[in-house]
Amino acid sequence: MQMLADLIAEARRQAEICNACRYCEGYCSVFPALHRERAFSDGDITHLANLCHNCRGCYYACQYTAPHEFDLNLPRALAEVRQDSWKAHAWPAGFANLFDRSGVAMAALLSLGFALMFALSQGMRPENGAGFYAYMSHGLMAAIFAPAFLLPLAALAVSLRGYWRTVGGGAVRWADLRGALASAGRMRNLKGGHGDGCNFEDEDRFSHARRHFHQATLYGFLLCFASTSSGTVLHYVFGVEAPYGLFSLPKLLGLPGGFLLCVGTAGLAWLKTKADPGLGAPSAWGGEMAFVLLLFVVSATGLILYAATGTAAVAWLLPLHLGTVLTLFLLTPYSKMAHGFYRLAALTREASRRPAEPV
Amino acid sequence: MSETWDIAVIGGGNAALCAAITAAEAGARVVILEAAPKPYRGGNSRHTRNFRCMHDGPLGPLVESYTEDEYLADLLKVTGGKTHEGLARVAIRSSEECLPWMQDHGVRFQPSLSGTLSLARTNAFFLGGGKGLVNAYYRTARKLGVTVLYEAAVAHLERAEDRIVWLDYTHEGKNHRIHPKAVVVASGGFQADTDWLARAWGPAAKNFLIRGTPYNRGVVLADLLDQGVEQVGDPTQCHAVAIDGRAPKFDGGIVTRLDCVPFSIVVNKEAERFYDEGEDVWPKRYAIWGRLVAAQPDQVGFVIIDAKSLSLFMPSVFPPIEAESIEALADKMGLPPDRLRATVDAFNAACGDTSKFHPTELDGVTTTGIDPPKTNWARPITEPPFYGYSLRTGVTFTYLGLKVDERAQCSVGNRPVANLWAAGETMAGSILGQGYLAGFGMTIGTVFGRIAGKEAAAHANAS
Repeated sequence: MQMLADLIAEARRQAEICNACRYCEGYCSVFPALHRERAFSDGDITHLANLCHNCRGCYYACQYTAPHEFDLNLPRALAEVRQDSWKAHAWPAGFANLFDRSGVAMAALLSLGFALMFALSQGMRPENGAGFYAYMSHGLMAAIFAPAFLLPLAALAVSLRGYWRTVGGGAVRWADLRGALASAGRMRNLKGGHGDGCNFEDEDRFSHARRHFHQATLYGFLLCFASTSSGTVLHYVFGVEAPYGLFSLPKLLGLPGGFLLCVGTAGLAWLKTKADPGLGAPSAWGGEMAFVLLLFVVSATGLILYAATGTAAVAWLLPLHLGTVLTLFLLTPYSKMAHGFYRLAALTREASRRPAEPV
Repeated sequence: MSETWDIAVIGGGNAALCAAITAAEAGARVVILEAAPKPYRGGNSRHTRNFRCMHDGPLGPLVESYTEDEYLADLLKVTGGKTHEGLARVAIRSSEECLPWMQDHGVRFQPSLSGTLSLARTNAFFLGGGKGLVNAYYRTARKLGVTVLYEAAVAHLERAEDRIVWLDYTHEGKNHRIHPKAVVVASGGFQADTDWLARAWGPAAKNFLIRGTPYNRGVVLADLLDQGVEQVGDPTQCHAVAIDGRAPKFDGGIVTRLDCVPFSIVVNKEAERFYDEGEDVWPKRYAIWGRLVAAQPDQVGFVIIDAKSLSLFMPSVFPPIEAESIEALADKMGLPPDRLRATVDAFNAACGDTSKFHPTELDGVTTTGIDPPKTNWARPITEPPFYGYSLRTGVTFTYLGLKVDERAQCSVGNRPVANLWAAGETMAGSILGQGYLAGFGMTIGTVFGRIAGKEAAAHANAS
C-alpha cells in the first residue's frame, strides 16, 4: 500500500502554509481538521484529502495562489492525493490502474457487457416469461448480477479496511457514522460554511448548483437502488414477480429515482465542463466524466426501457441497460463510484475526532 | 468612451471598492483603475482578515458589546494620542452600520479563528479572509455596472485651482487621459517603493521586507503632495513588525508572523540579547519588535527556543532550524557559537523559579541580575533539540497620507479640492498617527470609502 511520496509531500507543504494562515477555517471540515495538527503524517494528509469535497472556496479566497511564489492550490493537491490513495488501497492491487483509465475501462466493459447480455438474451431466450423475463430469465439475471454486485463490494470492503488503518481509525461508533451520514446526506461541506454554496462553475461565485445536482444524483441513485431492492423482496418474499405496475413500490421508487439520476448526472457533467480542471487532479478528469456519463446512461436507458415496454426495441434496450448496470457494478471499487465510500469513511473518522456540532 | 466616467476610483482594495459600490448605487458611472493584475487585485486588503466594529449587543459574528468609548480608548492606547479624535469617532460610530452593509454586499463572516479568541468581541472575521471580501465586492461592483481596469497605472492627476481636471493612466501599453467629474484616491501608502522608504527611514530600510502588495508605490500620493494637496502623518515612519526572516520580499502576508518571542531569547548577529522578550503578551508587543530588529546590525534578529516551548505558539510557515546543541544551532544560523553559548548560559543562570510559568498570562516568571531582563515566561533554554528562527523587519504600511476632513475630502491650503476624495490607507494617517489596532485599517477603509463614494456621487450628479 504505497502512496506517491511527492504528492503527499506537496500536499504537506501546502497544509503547513495553511496552518500558519487559517483564514479558511469556516469553509469546510478540512480546515478544523488541519488546524488540529502541528505536523502532518502521511495518514493525516490522506485523511484531509478524502475529507475534501473539492468545493474550491479555499482556492479562490487564497492570497497565496500562483503567481505568488507559495503557489498554493490545495483543492488540486488534495485531489491528487485522494485519487492516489484510492489507487494505493485498491484490492486486488492489480486493478489499481483502472482509476487512471476508468474512461477506457468503462467503454470496454460497456461494449463487452452489452454484447454478453445481447448474446444471452438471444441465445438463452426463455420459453416463456413476461416483460423483460421474456428476453432473459430471472434466474439468469440473478446468477449474473448477484455476484457482479457482491464481489466488487467485498473488494471495496478490503480497500476500506486498509484505508481505515492508513488514517489511524479506531473502532467505529454509531454516533460518528450517523454524523457522517448526516453530513453527506446534506452535503454540508459543499455549502461553503456561510450556506451560499461552493465555487465551481464560475470562478469565485458561490452557488448551490453542484450541491443540488449532486443531491439529485445521490438520492436518485439511492431511490433506484431501493427500487431494485424492493423488487427483490417482492419476488423472493412475496412471490410477486415483475413486471410491476406503475403504482407498485419498485416503480414508485424507480421512476423518480431514474429521473433524479438523469437530471443530476447531466447537471454534474455540464458543470464539469465549466469548472477549471486545474483545481482538481487532471489525470482523474476523464475518468470522473466517464463515470458521470455512465450513471447518466444507466438511468436514461432504464427510463427509456420502461417507456419501451412491449415494443421490439426491448430486444436491444434491455441488454444495453443491463450492460451499463453491469459496468457500474464491476467498476465500483476502481472508479469515481468509490469516492462515496471513502468520503463516508473520512467523515466518520472526522466525526470521531471532533466534538459534536450542528450538521 | 473614456469621456463617459462620472467618477474614477484609483486603487482596487477595500476602500476603493466601497467607494465604487456606493457611488454606483447612487447612479454614478464609475471606473476602477487598479494598478495590479487581476490575481493580485485588492491591495493590502487581500491580506487582511477582520473588521473592528463597534456594537451595542451581539451583532453578526460578534459577541457582547463594544462601545464607542471603549473602542476609542483602545485606539488612543496604541496611537499614544496621535489621533484626530473627530475622524476617529466618525470611523468608530459608522462601523456598526457598516457590518450589515458589508453582508448586504456579499461579505461573509466566520467565527473568530482558532488562536484569535481574544478578538471575538471586537473584530468580525471575513470568511476566507480579505481576498474573499475583495472577491465579493468585485462581483457586487460588476453587477452594478462598475468598469474595472486591471494593470491600469495612474501616473498623474492634473490640478487646476480647486479641481482635478484630468488624470493620466496607462493600460495595455497605451496612455490614456480621462476627465472624470470626481476622483476618489484609494491607492494606499508608499511602502512598496523601497527607494522612497530608504529616503524616509534611512538606508537600513533596504533590508526590510514588505508584508503586503508590491503595487503600493505611492505614485498618486507623491503626485498629489507635489501639487500642494495637504498631507498628514509622519513622512518618515512606517508600521513594522518582526517576521520570519525567510519570508518573501513582498506579499508574505499573515503566515510569516512568528509568535514565539515570549518563549525565547532573541539575539542579534553578535549573539547578544537586546530587549526584554517577556515584556507583555505577544499581540501587544509584536509591533515594537519590527523597530527593535531594524535597529540591530544588518536589521536581523535570531529567536532561540528549546524543545519545551515548540508547541506553545502558532505553527510557523517555514519549519524552524533545528539542532541538538546550542553550538550546532549557532552554526546553522550563522551565529558565533561560543558567544551564543555564553549568552544562553548567562540567561539560564539568571532564570529562577519557573513553577508559575503560564504561557498565556503575564506570569511574572522573571530573570534576576541580567540586562536586559526577561520579565515574564523566563525559562532556561536547556532542553534539546534547540530551535531557531531568523527575524526581519516586515513593513505593514506607511503613515504619510492625504489629509481629509469628515467628508473624506482632500484640500489645498484651507480650501477643499472640489472633486477629490481619499479613502483607506492613503488617508489613514489622519487617524492612526502611530501604532496599529487590529482590524482598524479595514474600518477606516470601509467607513471612509463609503463616505467618499457618496460625496463623489453627489458631486457628480449635481454637476
